[in-house]
Formats: sequence, C-alpha cells, structure tokens
Amino acid sequence: MPVVQIEKAALCQCLNRKDFTDEEVDELCFEFGLELDEVTSEREMLAKEQGDAKAAQMGDQLSDAVIYKIEVPANRYDLLCVEGLSRALMVFQSLAQPPLYKAVQPAAGMQQMRVAPSTAQIRPYVVCAMLRNLSFTPASYKSFIDLQDKLHQTICRQRSLVAIGTHDFDTLTGPFLYEALPPSDIVFKPLNQTKEFSAVELMQLYSGESHLKAYLPIIRDSPVYPVIKDANGVVLSMPPIINGDHSKITLNTKNVFIEATATDAHKASVVLDTLVCAFSQYCSEQFTVQAVQVNYPDGRASIYPSLAYRQVDIQVDYLRKGVGRSDSQLTIDEICNRLTRMCLVAKATSDATVSVTVPPTRHDVLHPCDVLEDLAIAIGYNNLEMSLPPTLCTGKQQPLNSLTDKLRLEVAFAGFTECLTFALCSEKDISERLRLPLDSLPAVRIANPKTLEFQVARTSLLPGILKTVHSNRSLPLPLKLFEIQDVVYKSTDSSGSAVNSRQLAAVYYGKSSGFELIHGLMDRIMQVLGVPVDQYKLSATEVATYFTGRCANVLYKGSPVGTIGVLHPETLAQFDLTLPASAFVFDVEKFL
Amino acid sequence: MEDLRSNILAYIDKHETCSSTELCKEMNVEHQKIVGALNSILAFGEIISAQPEVTSRLELTDEGRQVADHGSHEAVLFASVPAGDGAPQSELMKSVPNAKIGFSKALANRWIRLDKSAPGGPRVYRQVESVSDRIRHCLQMVAALSLDSLTAEERAELKKRKLVQEGRVTVYRVAKGPAFTLTLAKEETELTAEMLATGVWQTLTFKAYNFKALGQQPDCGHLHPLLKVRAEFRQIFLEMGFQEMPTNRYVESSFWNFDALFQPQQHPARDAHDTFFLTEPAACRLDAEQADGYLARVKAVHSNGGYGSIGYNYDWKESEAQKNILRTHTTAVSARMLYQLAQQPQFQPTKYFSIDRVFRNESLDATHLAEFHQIEGLVADYNLNLCHLMGIIREFFHKLGIRRLRFKPAYNPYTEPSMEIFSYHEGLGKWVEIGNSGVFRPEMLLPMGLPESVSVIAWGLSLERPTMIKYGINNIRDLIGPKVDLKMVSVGPICRLDK
Repeated sequence: MPVVQIEKAALCQCLNRKDFTDEEVDELCFEFGLELDEVTSEREMLAKEQGDAKAAQMGDQLSDAVIYKIEVPANRYDLLCVEGLSRALMVFQSLAQPPLYKAVQPAAGMQQMRVAPSTAQIRPYVVCAMLRNLSFTPASYKSFIDLQDKLHQTICRQRSLVAIGTHDFDTLTGPFLYEALPPSDIVFKPLNQTKEFSAVELMQLYSGESHLKAYLPIIRDSPVYPVIKDANGVVLSMPPIINGDHSKITLNTKNVFIEATATDAHKASVVLDTLVCAFSQYCSEQFTVQAVQVNYPDGRASIYPSLAYRQVDIQVDYLRKGVGRSDSQLTIDEICNRLTRMCLVAKATSDATVSVTVPPTRHDVLHPCDVLEDLAIAIGYNNLEMSLPPTLCTGKQQPLNSLTDKLRLEVAFAGFTECLTFALCSEKDISERLRLPLDSLPAVRIANPKTLEFQVARTSLLPGILKTVHSNRSLPLPLKLFEIQDVVYKSTDSSGSAVNSRQLAAVYYGKSSGFELIHGLMDRIMQVLGVPVDQYKLSATEVATYFTGRCANVLYKGSPVGTIGVLHPETLAQFDLTLPASAFVFDVEKFL
Repeated sequence: MEDLRSNILAYIDKHETCSSTELCKEMNVEHQKIVGALNSILAFGEIISAQPEVTSRLELTDEGRQVADHGSHEAVLFASVPAGDGAPQSELMKSVPNAKIGFSKALANRWIRLDKSAPGGPRVYRQVESVSDRIRHCLQMVAALSLDSLTAEERAELKKRKLVQEGRVTVYRVAKGPAFTLTLAKEETELTAEMLATGVWQTLTFKAYNFKALGQQPDCGHLHPLLKVRAEFRQIFLEMGFQEMPTNRYVESSFWNFDALFQPQQHPARDAHDTFFLTEPAACRLDAEQADGYLARVKAVHSNGGYGSIGYNYDWKESEAQKNILRTHTTAVSARMLYQLAQQPQFQPTKYFSIDRVFRNESLDATHLAEFHQIEGLVADYNLNLCHLMGIIREFFHKLGIRRLRFKPAYNPYTEPSMEIFSYHEGLGKWVEIGNSGVFRPEMLLPMGLPESVSVIAWGLSLERPTMIKYGINNIRDLIGPKVDLKMVSVGPICRLDK
C-alpha cells in the first residue's frame, strides 16, 4: 500500500488540534481506514538510510520535526498527497465542507491540444488542464512533484498506462500538438540537461539512469515516439520518458499546464482529476481549474478536466440493512450527515431514497456498496452491533481431506514422522536427481520464477523428503519420514489445465536399506484401508529412481497405484546421502 | 568388593567409629577403593553414616604411581645388572626404562660401579648384593594415606623428584547408622516374571530407583506442527457447521483467480512481480464459462459496469483471463463454488471453508515464502451484513482463545465493505493484524447468477502466522520446506489453540 508522509504540525493545524498525541492520530487513522505506519523525522529517516554519522554530519540541514508516515488504501488516489489526505480528514472531523471543484472555460477561449493520427500507433490519448494564478511554497511544490510520482507508481502502472507532464505555461504558446514521430526527428533539450539530444541519443543516455531506465521499454521498440509541442515547436515532453527543460516548473511558476498521455483514456481522466483537485486549492480562485480542449483526428473534441459529479440514488433500506440498524436507530438525516463527512454529499429525495453526489476525487466509488462502506466507516465499524448469521448448515469435510488426515495418523502411529515440503521445485529435482528424463514428466512449468528453486510444480514427493533427510542426517538413525500432499500434473487433454494428485510417500534411511520396513508400512496401510489381500500385490518392475531388481509396482485391483523399492545408489548420491534408503510413493485418490 | 564391605562393617562393629584412611591402612587397600565400598554400603540405607572432610594431602603423580607399582628407577636399573659379570653401560642405557635417572641415583647410592676402561666399552657392575627400595616403600605409604611414618626429608625428596604432589583428598568419618547390620542383602534391580511366579519378591530387597533420570523415549512417529494447527482450524470450522471446499487445484486460470472476483486486468497483483505465470500449460480454455454467458457477463461488468456499478471502463481481454497461474489465493476456489451455488435451481444458504496452499512470487525472507497456507471461511445467505461478518469472526476467534478484537476499514478489490481484523496482543502490548475480511462485491456475485438479496461474507488468514506464534518459531524456513528441523517436529506439544 502507498505511504504518505505528513508533518505532525501540519496535520495538527488542519485538524485544529494543538495537543494531538501520536495515540490519538493512530486511533483516527484506524477509524478512517488508514494506518499510522511510523512516527519519525527527516533526521531519523536519513539516519535509517545512511547511518547515524551521516545524519549528525548534516546538522541543521535536517529537521527534527515529527513526521507521520501513513499508509493509504490502494484505491484512494485522492489520499496520495498531504493536501488530499488532510482535506479528507478535516471533512471527516466536520472541520470543513467538501469542496466543490469546477472546470471553467475562459472568455477568451480555451487552450487547444490537437492530437495527430500518428499517436494511434503508440499512445493514443491525451488529457490536459491548467492551474491558474497558483502560488507554490517549498512544501507544496515538493508535494506536487511527489503526487505525480505516486500516481505514476500506482494507477499509471509505472507510466505504462498514463504519464503526466507539468509545465510552466508562461514559457509556452498554444495551441499545442500531440504527435508521434520517428525517434531521430525528435530533438530537444530534456529536463536538467544543458544541451539538445535526439530521442535516439536520449534512449542511450537514460539506459544507464536508474530512475528512468525502467520506462524506456514502454516505447523503445516503436517506430514512432510520442511528443508534445507548442505552437512554436517547443517540445514540452516526450512521454512517458521525460519533459523538456524549456517549460520546466519552478517554485515561482504561477500558471501550470498539465498534460497526461495514455493508453487508457479513462485512467488518464482519473489521474488528471486527482492532480487538479488536490492542487487547485493553491490557485487564487480556489478549487477552480481552467479547462483545455483536446481535438482528436476524427473530429471529436473533448474538454478536460472532466471533474464530473455523479448522482447515485440509493435506497435507505439498503444502507440501514447493510449496517444492521433500524429506521429509528439510523435516520435519513444521520445517513446524510455521515456520508457528507466522507465527502459524499447526500440528501434525502424521499423517505426511502437518498441522492448521493460522488465527487471527482472519489473515483473509487463504483457501486452503492462503496457508499455503504463509507457510511459504516462514518458510524465507526467498532460501533456496529455484532450478530451471528442465522445460516444453519451441517459441517462437512472433503472426503479426500478426511481420508488424508486418517492416513496421516496411521502412518505416524507406525513410527514415521511427517515432513512438509514445497510444492514448487527445480526441474533438476524431479528429473536428473530422480534419474528420470525431464521430457517424460507431465510437469507444470513456471514462466517467471525469481529463483531456480521454483521452476516447476513437483511431480513427486520424493525430492522434498530426500532433501529433508539430507538436512537432518545428523539425527539418530534410522530416519523414517513420510508426507501426504498434492503433486501437480499437466492435463493430457486440450483444456490447457492441470490437476493435483494426492500422494503418500514414505522413506526409510539407515544403516541397511530397510526395505522390509517400508514394505511392512505399505502392507499396514493397505490393511487400514481395508484392502483384501488378494486385491493388493507388488510386481517387479524397473524404474530408474530405484535400484535394479529392487523395485516393484504396487498393484491395486490389478492396476498400478504406486512404486516401491530400494533407492538407486545414484539417486542417493544426487541428494548427497551416504546410507541406503527404501521408499514408496502411491496415489491416495485411488482409495477414496 | 563384598569381602571388603564385610571387613569394613566388622571393623566398624568393633570400633564404633573410624576414618576412611584408617580403613585404608587396616585393610591395606587404596583409599579410592575404600570410598567405593563405603558408597556401596550407603546405597543399602542407613547402615552406616559417612561425614566427608576435605583435607590437603600428598598424592602420587603419574610417575610416582609407576614407581609405586614397579619400583624406583634405581632399583629397576640395579635389578637389570647381572650379579658378577655386570653389563655394558650402553646396553643398559638402551634397554632399561628411565635408565639415566636410575643410573645416576644407583651410582650415588653406591649400589653399582662403573668400569670405564673395561674391554668393549664402559661396563657396570653390582657393588652390593641386594638393595632395599626405600623410595618405592615411601610411595606405597603415600598411596595408603599413612603419611605419619614418612620423615620430613623423605617427603622433600619425593616432592623434588616429582613423584608426589599436594592434592585435596576427601576423607570420611565413618560411624554406625541406625540400621547397622553386618550382613548386606543383595539388591534386586528388576521385578521379574520369575519372582512373581515363585513369590520370592516378598523376601527380596529392591534397589532404590533414581527418579531424577529421564525415561526412555518411546519409538514413535510425529505429525508436522503446521498440519496439527491445520487440524485444529478444520475442527473449528466443522464445529461451526462449515463445509469444506475442494481446493486441490494449484493451477488456476486468471479468470477464476482475478476476473471472476472483479479484479481488473491492470491490477498490480496481476503483475509478474507478484504472481507465478506458467509456460506449460500457458493458457486454458474457458469453454464452460463461455457456454452459459458467464464470461460475457464478467467482461461486461469489468468494461462497462452493470448491476448498479459503473465498472472499471477498460478494454477487457479474454486472452488475459485465459492465462494460467499458480493460484494466489484460495478465493479462486470460493468463486468457483459460489458460481456452482448460483447454478442450483433454488438458492441454498451455505457456509464454506478451506485451508490450502497459495503461491506468491515474493522474495523470500524470515516471514515470507513463495507458498503458504490460506485459511478462508465464507457464508452465503439472504441479507447478510457487516454485523453478521463481525459476529461470525468474533465467534471464530473466540474458539481460538482470542477475545479482544477490533475492525479497521480496508481495501480489497473483491470485497466492499472490507475490514482488517486486529487482535490485542498481550505480549507485544499492541493491536496486531490477524486477518482480512469483507462482503463480496455485487459485481462479483451478480454475474454468477446469485439472487440480488444474497450476500456473501468472508474472512481469511494465514495458517503459518498463528503456527509460528503457537510454536515460538521465528524463521518460517524452520517450519516449512526441506530445511525443517525434525527435532522441532518431534518435541512440539499437541495443538490446543485455546490454551
């Protein structure tokens, strides 16, 4: 979950509470669905990252002011910055009314952004907006940059879906053009560089840059790269990689031009709404944003930001039932008041319905159930009256799990100890180490393992048990181990699926092979499974995992359900084992 | 030994009291053997009493012990020189142990003489006919702790020759005990079948048991601790009337793991960073889901909404839903079960549970593995709400012995409202998260065909965390996988979660 840093002093000020204790902040966060992750300071954070010595050396350059690190839910983009978070808490504490955000079209006409057809090949959408007569402070400037970064990391999916560019409008001249050009035709001075580069050179330059190199693959192999220019051909940005240096914003920027290019038009609009809602509070005309018109090649024109307020009519009965309160316990007025505290302005339209206005900051509200959750939060989850569901049912086990549990007990009664090993393993574990050819195995293969330990789902329980023997070989002998778990086989049909198979495996490891003991355990299992003696027998076979002439199929009603034998010396060597061992594996599901 | 014990008892009978050194002298036995005999008499009960007194005494060095047993070096050398013809010095030096010391001492004692000009090299001859080995005698007296007869010069000499050293000796003052007797009955260690048959057990004395010693461990097998805890959780669900879901399906389609749960296709959980995708089988067919229009309904609710929802407004792709993965949660199976429930002609209120493995492509550390067990419970019935969810969670955790609970609003893509479950940890003195829960979203349930008035409430937690707390395990790799310590498996107590 994303984490937002907010200074204690700033939080206290906006919540009008000088004497807020950390415990009270923790409590408030908990009730609202946030998590106070850490109480720290600039100095402590640096000390944690670079050591106490470095932090001491920085002296007065670091602040000791208390900072709260607060985790916010992954779908609340409006809470990703100090501005949005403190406003939401102020409204929640009834210290402020939810603001009314407006997009206005200036009398002199809107700025225009023309979209060239070439962008369809790479990144077809762009949305724009302007923040007018804004004054940044060092703190709000930093927060503005931070929020863009957090949006890039979350809803924008590392800039692949949406990339934001913000510019000093006073350095630019509209109308603007969004097009896609061959990389060699794009030449400009990128942010914080002293000379011009072509896009080809930039890709080279940034391939060694830790922050930007992750974004290069989004466009690298495309024949054309997206670029935004002003009327004079000044490059604003080459999304989603870098902005131009010419229009970069500073602390003194008064008018901000925002563009967001995207492969997903809806998310671009959400991102733009989120950014302008949070920072329009610093404009001379608060909460007011200047609209920009985007003209698509097909003649369609859209005006952004959308800042749409959506009306949802909800049955009061639905809300009351959802929180388990009757109409006398929860009046319509109270419902409206509580929802308003969640920035969802609500008013009764009848005795049975409320009309809820979902603001452009709350793109997480998709369905009345989201409104219901906010109502429950505003009442306080821990103030709700608990009750047991009236649902009467009979408990029932899965027959396979019930059988498994009974067999586990019987095998443990017989003196064997249960292992618990991983369902994932390396290709070598199930093939080479068991002396079996890999292509003979119906193994499920993993596309993106982080380590070689997890290349396939196991097709046998033996490797896991033999590894357990290896790491416990210093214990008194003999070791008698078993495991009843699932292995996984690729389906043989065309469904493209895979199936689990419940297996029981046991291993005896000691000074002698102990085959008679493993055989005895198998006999015992058949006995407790109630298998008549004439329905179960061993029949000699050869499996490479086992020693030549010391291996048999376990036959149940004439068909093989498992194998048993003395393990091959080379199998033992593969697991670094120096003493003989016997083992069996068989399919439990055949006995359901 | 038995003779020595009888002799000691007879001596004590005569003298009432004596010291262990006195017994040494009297029996002509080493002190250590006297002490052994006394201990053995003491084991019979209060026949005698023995008070230890620690004193500083001379004791033999290793060399001293050798001299006491075999004679002094000079005496040994003297004995090696044949009377009359004598022997060549070089031969003596080679064949006699400690010849160098023995030679010079014997020479100084004038026991032997050396003829340097003898033909064939220097030759040694006896100068006296026989010798008395005083040094050996002295050392034997030291061994018997009868030091009174040693002169100060003799002591000094023995010390100088490093044949004795100062040591601490525990001497016992021995006296008759309340149950003094001259005859010691033979003690039996075991009650045998023969004794029972003959009735002889009635006349025998039995050796006292040492109850401080450990018993012999039974030869037994053991169940794994995590699965013992699993058994407890299964039991709790069964007691509460829940039916177990068939979760034996590690490979799942993205459709059932994510799409059916209204988790959008660009959700970060669907990243390769978090989820194991497969190359074989890479994708599955969704024929059955397609056949009755369910797939189309899921697609519609994601892209355009429906059922009162505005949806996510994106281009939903079937190819993405077909991608096979290792399931990231057992909720994929819950979705399948709820879909089946919706296909029944008449909806039946149901309680389901499962405990099984799930997989996450995480970096491994002391508390994270790529696979772990998820415990999940859900109730599907008409008009269930948050109060029911909190109520059943409270009931469930009460059965685990957890009483102080509180609930925090949270976000899950497929539940709304959602709640994290916290319990007060007495040891840590703070609230800790112990599970997650919520009401399944209508966008998940209604496309399946469940009636609109049916709600499904669900909660989940990991099996590993309570197990690690229960068994005091700090590193998850000690609990699961091939590095498991089987000793830990064998000594773990039975699992009683409410204790």
